[in-house]
Amino acid sequence: MERHEYDVVVIGAGGAGLRAAIEARQQGKRTAIVCKSLFGKAHTVMAEGGAAAAMGNVNPNDNWMVHFRDTMRGGKFLNNWRMAELHAKEAPDRVWELEAWGALFDRTKDGKISQRNFGGHEYPRLAHVGDRTGLELIRTLQQRVVALQQEDEKLHGDPEAYIKVFAECTITRLLKDGDAIAGAFGYWRETGDFIVFEAPAVVLATGGIGKSYVVTSNSWEYTGDGHALALLAGAKLINMEFIQFHPTGMVWPPSVRGILVTESVRGDGGVLRNSEGRRFMFDYIPDVFKDKYATTEEEADRWYTDQANNRRPPELLPRDEVARAINAEVKAGRGSPQGGVYLDVSTRLPAAEIIKRLPSMHHQFKELADVDITKEPMQVGPTCHYIMGGVEVDADTGAASVPGLFAAGEVSGGMHGSNRLGGNSLSDLLVFGRRAGAGAAAYVDSLTTRPKPTGIEEAKAEALAPLQRTGGENPYEVHHELQRTMNDLVGIIRKAEEMSEALQVIEKLKERAKNCASTGSRIYNPGWHLALDLRNMLLVSECVAKAALMREESRGGHTRDDFPTMSPEWRRKLLVCSATPDGTSITVEEKIQPSMRSDLIRLFERSELEKYLTEEELAEYDAAVKES
Amino acid sequence: MGYKAKFRVWRGEGGEGRLEDFTVEVNEGEVVLDVIHRLQATQAPDLAVRWNCKAGKCGSCSMEINGKPRLGCMTRMSTFDEDETITVTPLRTFPVIKDLVTDVSFNYRKAREIPSFTPPADVKPGEYRMQQVDVERSQEFRKCIECFLCQNVCHVIRDHEENKPNFAGPRYLMRIAELDMHPYDVADRKELAQEVHGLGYCNITKCCTEVCPEHIKITDNALIPMKERVVDKKYDPLVWLGSKIFKRQR
Repeated sequence: MERHEYDVVVIGAGGAGLRAAIEARQQGKRTAIVCKSLFGKAHTVMAEGGAAAAMGNVNPNDNWMVHFRDTMRGGKFLNNWRMAELHAKEAPDRVWELEAWGALFDRTKDGKISQRNFGGHEYPRLAHVGDRTGLELIRTLQQRVVALQQEDEKLHGDPEAYIKVFAECTITRLLKDGDAIAGAFGYWRETGDFIVFEAPAVVLATGGIGKSYVVTSNSWEYTGDGHALALLAGAKLINMEFIQFHPTGMVWPPSVRGILVTESVRGDGGVLRNSEGRRFMFDYIPDVFKDKYATTEEEADRWYTDQANNRRPPELLPRDEVARAINAEVKAGRGSPQGGVYLDVSTRLPAAEIIKRLPSMHHQFKELADVDITKEPMQVGPTCHYIMGGVEVDADTGAASVPGLFAAGEVSGGMHGSNRLGGNSLSDLLVFGRRAGAGAAAYVDSLTTRPKPTGIEEAKAEALAPLQRTGGENPYEVHHELQRTMNDLVGIIRKAEEMSEALQVIEKLKERAKNCASTGSRIYNPGWHLALDLRNMLLVSECVAKAALMREESRGGHTRDDFPTMSPEWRRKLLVCSATPDGTSITVEEKIQPSMRSDLIRLFERSELEKYLTEEELAEYDAAVKES
Repeated sequence: MGYKAKFRVWRGEGGEGRLEDFTVEVNEGEVVLDVIHRLQATQAPDLAVRWNCKAGKCGSCSMEINGKPRLGCMTRMSTFDEDETITVTPLRTFPVIKDLVTDVSFNYRKAREIPSFTPPADVKPGEYRMQQVDVERSQEFRKCIECFLCQNVCHVIRDHEENKPNFAGPRYLMRIAELDMHPYDVADRKELAQEVHGLGYCNITKCCTEVCPEHIKITDNALIPMKERVVDKKYDPLVWLGSKIFKRQR
């Protein structure tokens, strides 16, 4: 069997994975990047709007404290505040660094990086390139990896001496030595041959879980691999009940249902209307945001040109609010013919301006739906977009509870609390990708002996099983049933009975998945690959459903029909998922979230905190204010 | 609304293969990639195809549809007649791994041969100042999703394996142009473009521009200007000297 020794193995080659790998290599560690797709194809390319960083280029009043407050508000104060703090403080440096690696962001008149408005951000904050910012990010990081390889070629005669990409290679198990990480086991998609990495540190950067849902903006890779690998290795997942349904996915034609329509459409002036032509978002401004959003169309429209004297339009509320509002309008019978609502930019901006600011949206609608967005409104509806939950990590280093295991980006949990603000994902993966890479490098330095991986034979047997069965289940059918179940029963609006039903279905699907058979050879066999991915999707779906059933309140990306309000008691609690090593059973436990550091909590007004905190916490706040 | 379409798909591995016929359901609004996925789910579970985003943003599902290099996710079924047989084959310029999946490692090798972005040593992150009009030229080339359709269609290498070592292909000649037009890049890759990466092989037939799903004007905006820059440098020492001094001043 093919074997490699590395200091750090990074699983996933999206923004977080590449930034982690670059950091580990820059700290002198021999680093492997392992990814399921070709190098440069990761889901990060689909990010459209931008990277949030309080550079203050467009509005000089912006700074890390404002960004921190916006992030905590967006997450309904459930966020890991240390992560939110680090993120807000470091995002500008991470964006500027990309520029020194060749990125070309759109510019302000004075030549700085331009910043655009986005939901939940008080000031224009998103560094962007039209509406293809994710592509710019991935390409810049990809080209930075190549630049490092060119350096290594000059220094060592081998471009892959210190950083190597293993593309189209899927990891199916993390390997351990006792309690600690010792490597990873996987297969080459191209040949079906197995591969073993021996490494004391593994960084998970595998992204999200959207492929457990039918209507999703996520690509095929989003099968929750990192979440599942972490669980099976003994790490814990938090916040799994919080899933972001992006308010604006395409709804027609059916085959493109779920594909993302960037929030920039609204940031740049697009408005939402129902079938009666009403700008309905004015009817859905929640109490906690009442004083921050315009209450009339006139004020909302003035805001685009005069932000100092007007409040923002309610179309720019955080994503969870907008998604629920659209859902409610459609349910009330005021939806568009294909079951969405109208998103109109055609009557708001001149055609040339639309094409310049939103080129890929213009292209996407024209090519896929025969709709010219400069002339007519789009039809949009909520789509499964992002999971706030993930591996529980140390904020500063990205370290999970299992020694040697690190996680960054969407696969990690905590940073975004119960709801992520648009634009905070690209900055998240840069900030915490770098930190996880540095954390892994420091961990490797601290070791006196190298771990030896165990469990290779078991991993091999598990991976071969679907090919050795004949006449078993069709993995495509099991997958489809899981997607329907999650979509219908653990979707945007949740009820106890439905989630219990979902858990029963998942149990049955787990049995069926164990009996999947894949025909054909081991060479590039998608049926076999899917059979193996199913284990991960099912594990993650079980975590989502179990945690969602337990949390008896509505907050951010978790809305309970039977518990429609936020509860300060629940805000203090995180739900922590763990699994038995064979993955047969998931346990969910409550854990109390530590109180916010006093200098951070003092950044908020008491009147705002009253909407979120318990009396006990407010007393702590009062004491902190008094002391200062 | 749905109908049964006739598909002919190239299947095979290890250097052997054949076109296989399928009859498969097609629904309103679907693209070729949807139909390939339906074949996987219902008739050919091991049919190999690359794809990721299914939204024309990642450049994974490159294939030849009725002989034309296309993205499977951006080719709508409504562009074909219902009784037409649709033939789907892998990219011809690269070796087939299996079915519709080809070995595109050629492109990654070429990418590594081009010297990376080289900023002036004295500009720190955060200090970059560029005008929109000056970044727009390179930005157009950075729209590239690396689907490699331009590499696949370019006749210099499409049926000429022997040219591959000396020709980087439109995508990477465009990368050289992108860096050459970057306001802060100080390296000179003009000689390299001509001598090592075969810019001279390009005789501007614009096939690359035609197949580009991002509608980048590869020939007009990258390759022809690059050819002009190479010629200027080669035959006009004053222009060459001037550009050096200009770069140093900035």
